[in-house]
Amino acid sequence: MPPDRTIVATGGRGKHDKMISKPCSKISRHLLATLGGITLAAFAIPAQAFSVNIANGAEPGTLDPQKTSGTWETRITRALFEGLVTYAKDGSLVPGLADRWEVGDDGKTYTFHLRDAEWSDGEPITAEDAVFALRRVLDPAIANQNANLYYPIVNARAINAGDKSADALGVEAVDSHTLRIRLSQPTAWFLQALAMTEAAPLPEHVIAKAAGWVQPGNTVSSGAFTLSEWQPQSRIVVEKNPHFHAADSVEVDKATFYPIDDAGSALNRFRTGEMDIAYSSVPSSRFAWARENLGDALRVGPLTAEYFYMFNLHDGQPLADKRVREALNLAVRRDVITDQILGQGQTPSFWYVPRNTANAPQGELDFADMPMDERMARAKALIQKAGYGPDHPLRLRLNYNTLEDHKKIAVAVAAMWKPLGVEVELINSEAAVHYATIREGNFEVARYGMVATINDPFDFLNAYADNGSASRSSGYHDAEYDALVAASTAELDPQKRRQLMTRAQQRLLDDYALLPLYDYVSVHLVSPDIQGWESNPMDVHPLRYLQESEQ
Amino acid sequence: MLIYTLKRLLQAIPTLLIVITISFFLMRVAPGGPFDGERQLPPEIEANLMAAYHLDEPLPMQYLRYMGNLLQGDFGPSFKYKDFSVTELIAQGFPVSLEIGGLAILLALIIGLPLGIAAAIRRNSTVDYVVMGTALTGIAVPNFVIAPIFALVFGVLLGWLPAGGWNGGALPNLVLPVVALSIQQIAYIARMMRASMIEVLGSHFIRTARAKGLNEGEVIWRHAIRPALLPVMSYLGPAIAGIITGSVVIEQIFGIPGIGRYFVQGALNRDYTLVMGTVVFYGVLIVLMNLIVDLLYSALDPQIRYDD
Repeated sequence: MPPDRTIVATGGRGKHDKMISKPCSKISRHLLATLGGITLAAFAIPAQAFSVNIANGAEPGTLDPQKTSGTWETRITRALFEGLVTYAKDGSLVPGLADRWEVGDDGKTYTFHLRDAEWSDGEPITAEDAVFALRRVLDPAIANQNANLYYPIVNARAINAGDKSADALGVEAVDSHTLRIRLSQPTAWFLQALAMTEAAPLPEHVIAKAAGWVQPGNTVSSGAFTLSEWQPQSRIVVEKNPHFHAADSVEVDKATFYPIDDAGSALNRFRTGEMDIAYSSVPSSRFAWARENLGDALRVGPLTAEYFYMFNLHDGQPLADKRVREALNLAVRRDVITDQILGQGQTPSFWYVPRNTANAPQGELDFADMPMDERMARAKALIQKAGYGPDHPLRLRLNYNTLEDHKKIAVAVAAMWKPLGVEVELINSEAAVHYATIREGNFEVARYGMVATINDPFDFLNAYADNGSASRSSGYHDAEYDALVAASTAELDPQKRRQLMTRAQQRLLDDYALLPLYDYVSVHLVSPDIQGWESNPMDVHPLRYLQESEQ
Repeated sequence: MLIYTLKRLLQAIPTLLIVITISFFLMRVAPGGPFDGERQLPPEIEANLMAAYHLDEPLPMQYLRYMGNLLQGDFGPSFKYKDFSVTELIAQGFPVSLEIGGLAILLALIIGLPLGIAAAIRRNSTVDYVVMGTALTGIAVPNFVIAPIFALVFGVLLGWLPAGGWNGGALPNLVLPVVALSIQQIAYIARMMRASMIEVLGSHFIRTARAKGLNEGEVIWRHAIRPALLPVMSYLGPAIAGIITGSVVIEQIFGIPGIGRYFVQGALNRDYTLVMGTVVFYGVLIVLMNLIVDLLYSALDPQIRYDD
């Protein structure tokens, strides 16, 4: 633990509580930091070392950037591995290891020009490393969970299915600093996919040597930081990489990621000043308190994620009847859920693709502006027409996975459906069972949270398209919808593409194929001592941009 | 005694085999798999994952593969923690759990035994009522209530101790988790010691000792405590095995890198190999602890002898 932070961590009141904004405590903090620096000078630790402690949620399952599955992992892998393109602090795309690129007129050929950059062991980063990484991410044995984002590359899908060998991939190193990628069709979001750490060039010279290549001591990195320590369930330490191509602009010398599963514990350790950043660390029951007491440290931001109820539309299901789906949609007061149950700034949603997503389609459910009593009257009429009434009530099962908020929402929705004569059986199960139930289509209404992997409507729209995950589970099939989604993916003109996506989403909404509830928000804690951390819909906050606040 | 010990160890093998087999199949019968999550995977990708972990093979085949590896001491790779084998995870986490759990048990004995003895000697006195009342509260208030309160009061509000974290096992980081973990044990041990002490104090040989004219202190120290410890000993065997394998609540709330969380997280994540690894490890510990307790019995009670 860095000395300049521990000294101030003691003392009765935490530095992140309200008092911290007082200048006197700030000055004493710096005084103490300086004193700490002097006493430790003997150990050759720079007095002004800027180190950041991060409460990072769960223990990473892996630091192999091609095997990760969650944000608590990519927050670390992104610090270690730089993509050809990468994220700015606002989440937009900027050049990474490639300093420029050209896209062919047909939209199917990408040529990347790599800058002169080195791995942290001094070896040059070459186009071959990029080829190696893209072949590896599609290798069936690696079993990458986002491999489908690279299917637009020529032969990628067949390689990932084990039908073709890796060298058939449409990726080649023209020379040591030029990479050419050929796509089988133009893909509007392809650069977004390349920004994911999954696609970052990898050090073949290291991976070939050691099975545990992502362990400290074995691994090398291309990003702003190198991995210096990994104690499972305890901490992961990364330190500034002097070989990084933009090392001069990196101010953080060292960052320590602590796995803290329990949000309440993370909040405590943030309050004592031990943590400078705490991700998803405000339990919803403490949110009101945090807003009162933590001031600017509480960061509520947009998120490209949607909370909705999936309907089972398979034949024979009660929700195969569109009138029932419409009635259920009409009766739910989304603002009650966002304002009275959650109260963290979530947006009530009358659409499917979250509005904060880049290029998000327009349009909404047709009743969005209708007064509530009119909505209820229409809903009751529809339910009656569908053949349900006091003698023959509609009985529905509503599945949700274990979480207090999911339960509260389910109870509220069941109460909102009650005036329609709908009798709801609430079924709670742990996550693995819940999602297996959905996968097997063994549900009527099921809670679902969909989070975008790239800042684009593609993940959402594709899920309901032919053979998408939501389509398979819910039984939704619409050839025209599929055609619109396919066309929108291949359309490179942003205006036209948005129109296509709007039409696609509208078909889904006019069919009431699902019940959208709200657009998520992200809730994090960031010490006022840190600058360069920005809320953004992708919820990416690269370490390399963080700075210490000037006094 | 040596032969007795060997016999007991040999008997443990079929027991463990049954435990492993039942756990293996129970785990697979549970609905949901290791890759069922919020993000539903495309079929091709799911197939790749299943193949990578041999989950596409028939179940009996998987069982044989697992047992074969186990015989070579290989618990397999964790499904969730992909960069570590289950053996590595246990090897890294167990010393931590052992330290926290061992200290907690030690603390529980140091405090619990004297309290129990005192309550027994002064039965129905104020001392007795206070000790037993406190003990009952200790048993009734669960870890997941005590631990966050400790962290909030001593860590955040008073700032005397770290609110969490391991920090390589530094003393200040140990205090809160060890105390929180030991409270229930103190309560159990005190109650058990009191009950067995009262029973022993009412027995004939104590009456004889008193009749010989020994003073009360000598009666208690030389004659009563040893036999009164026997029930506590039998409780301690499995209790120690349970405590040194970690507590998921204490570990999550204080951020302790032990193995307690693997029992629960492994099961929730359907991390089959991790669950199996912890079950086998826990099983072996239980067998060993029970054996040690039985051997200690003969040391404490001259009536018990293990004839070869």
